[in-house]
Amino acid sequence: MNRLIVEKESFTFAEDEPMQLDSGSTLSPVTLAWERIGELNEAGDNAILIAHAFSGDSHVTGYYATDGKDEKPGWWDYLVGPGRAIDTSKYCVICPNIIGSCMGSTGPASINPATKKPWALDFPMLTIGDMVKAQKILVDHLGITRLRAVIGGSVGGMQVLEWCVRYPEMVDAAVPIATTMRHSALAIAFNEIARQAIMADPHWNNGSYYEGEHPSMGLAIARMVGHVTYLSDDAMRRKFGRRLQNKKGFSFGFDADFQVESYLRHQGTKFVNRFDANSLLYITRAADYFNAAERLAASGPLTGGRKAAIKYLVISYSTDWLYPTYQSRELVHTLKRSSQNVSFVEMESDCGHDAFLIPEPTLPKLIRGFLAGVTP
Amino acid sequence: MTNEEFTDRIRFDLRTIAEKIPVGSSVLDLGCGDGDLLAWLSEHKGVRGTGIEMSKKKAAHCISRGLSVLQGDLNREVNDYPDNSFDYVILSQTLQQVYEPAQLLHSLSRIGRRVVVSFPNFSHYGNRLHLLFKGEAPVSEELPYHWYDTPNIRVITIADFRRFTRDVGYNIVEEISIKTDPAATCGEIIHWLKTLRATYGIYVIEKPA
Repeated sequence: MNRLIVEKESFTFAEDEPMQLDSGSTLSPVTLAWERIGELNEAGDNAILIAHAFSGDSHVTGYYATDGKDEKPGWWDYLVGPGRAIDTSKYCVICPNIIGSCMGSTGPASINPATKKPWALDFPMLTIGDMVKAQKILVDHLGITRLRAVIGGSVGGMQVLEWCVRYPEMVDAAVPIATTMRHSALAIAFNEIARQAIMADPHWNNGSYYEGEHPSMGLAIARMVGHVTYLSDDAMRRKFGRRLQNKKGFSFGFDADFQVESYLRHQGTKFVNRFDANSLLYITRAADYFNAAERLAASGPLTGGRKAAIKYLVISYSTDWLYPTYQSRELVHTLKRSSQNVSFVEMESDCGHDAFLIPEPTLPKLIRGFLAGVTP
Repeated sequence: MTNEEFTDRIRFDLRTIAEKIPVGSSVLDLGCGDGDLLAWLSEHKGVRGTGIEMSKKKAAHCISRGLSVLQGDLNREVNDYPDNSFDYVILSQTLQQVYEPAQLLHSLSRIGRRVVVSFPNFSHYGNRLHLLFKGEAPVSEELPYHWYDTPNIRVITIADFRRFTRDVGYNIVEEISIKTDPAATCGEIIHWLKTLRATYGIYVIEKPA
């Protein structure tokens, strides 16, 4: 099999002059892990930036050269690659890991140069705007003059919207998927439960756990809550129903009797092995603070924004209860009132919020056709 | 009588509407279906087009053709656009399914300088004979439904529409009556006995200045 081989790269900046953050604090130095698939053309205008969701990483597609036979490819492998919907023989795809994360970019688990120890809670509070600002510095560094498109789902979709209001002159087209202009009380509530689960873990130790035992139980519970919000009633009924896990009857105890319990426990444990609890705190907070509604309302040609409209494709999923379709419609209405060029479709799916990560035939068609209609 | 034959791929009624749209205009196509009209206008007339389509499948199809299309209910979606967002707003063969035609036309003339409306002409002689001789509600190629399964909540004749535009205060800029089969790419423009012979009426209307 001919595997698409990609390489994780790293870019460090703000070593001498710290990066200014929205909160008023600064951060220095800043490292971004990123991956590139496809070549930048001479004009530097065929780049597409893909923004990952909250627990994602820069590994959007393909395999690393060191991957074993059973290793899974990047998280959007079915969509990104040569000849695929986001065709890397035409476009130069850049996928950076967000700051605050723990997948190679600077985050609370990184070393604080002042103390030579992990930042932990001394790490400054970040916003989605700060994440995008760091991405812009990378994009400039790579000699990319404008982005043909910025594409992302969930918290990645928030970054897409932030790009459109922060650097509109750089963006030709935007594809925010399964996302929102601002968190609802419901979304904040679930994030708060996730954070409380971590902070209630005795090993959390006010964030300073890097030298000892990690708050694994808290992080696992946080992930279990997360997974409930990524699914839907439909998806859970289809996947699990009331079926029991390798059992004929109840254990009359608190083992994982039901398949859904076993699934959530498995997801929780899996997550603990790859994600940092403090990163979850920082990134969920940034998502809760995010609010692009007013800035988007003033972003179009009619309302003093840039002269030419950005071409938007907004996509929602029928069973997404974390960012339900009505929130995408609000985004669409805001963009219309601001005279932006916007397409929208709600996709039928029973997979809930996670649907954008699950291979199916329609999303690739939509994105391929949409991108073909975008000119620099 | 002129007999204008077209062999273009798009339906004759859409082609007739397309002919009326000036090069480089901005257009909103309500109920744009598979996007044939928008694609034609963009390709041949450099039109900046947007469509609104209720069907998710059709809206997705339009977007994958590279068209700007919003999936949603046109009655609601037209409300968000700023005044005079478009040069032309097209309501093609949808008026017979609209609950509040006067209110919708009012919205359309707010967001567009001119409005193009087309509908199957119910006073076509075939319908008249059907009712006269059979005593049954007409079922035609243009309106191929029975009374119990039709999505159309009203029937409209050319004379009705002329009167309606006058009553709700629009000027008719142009009236084109055509005879064509529903899916046909060819047809003819009717110049005499329109109310009897035309299968479709097409109107370009605007609010008086």
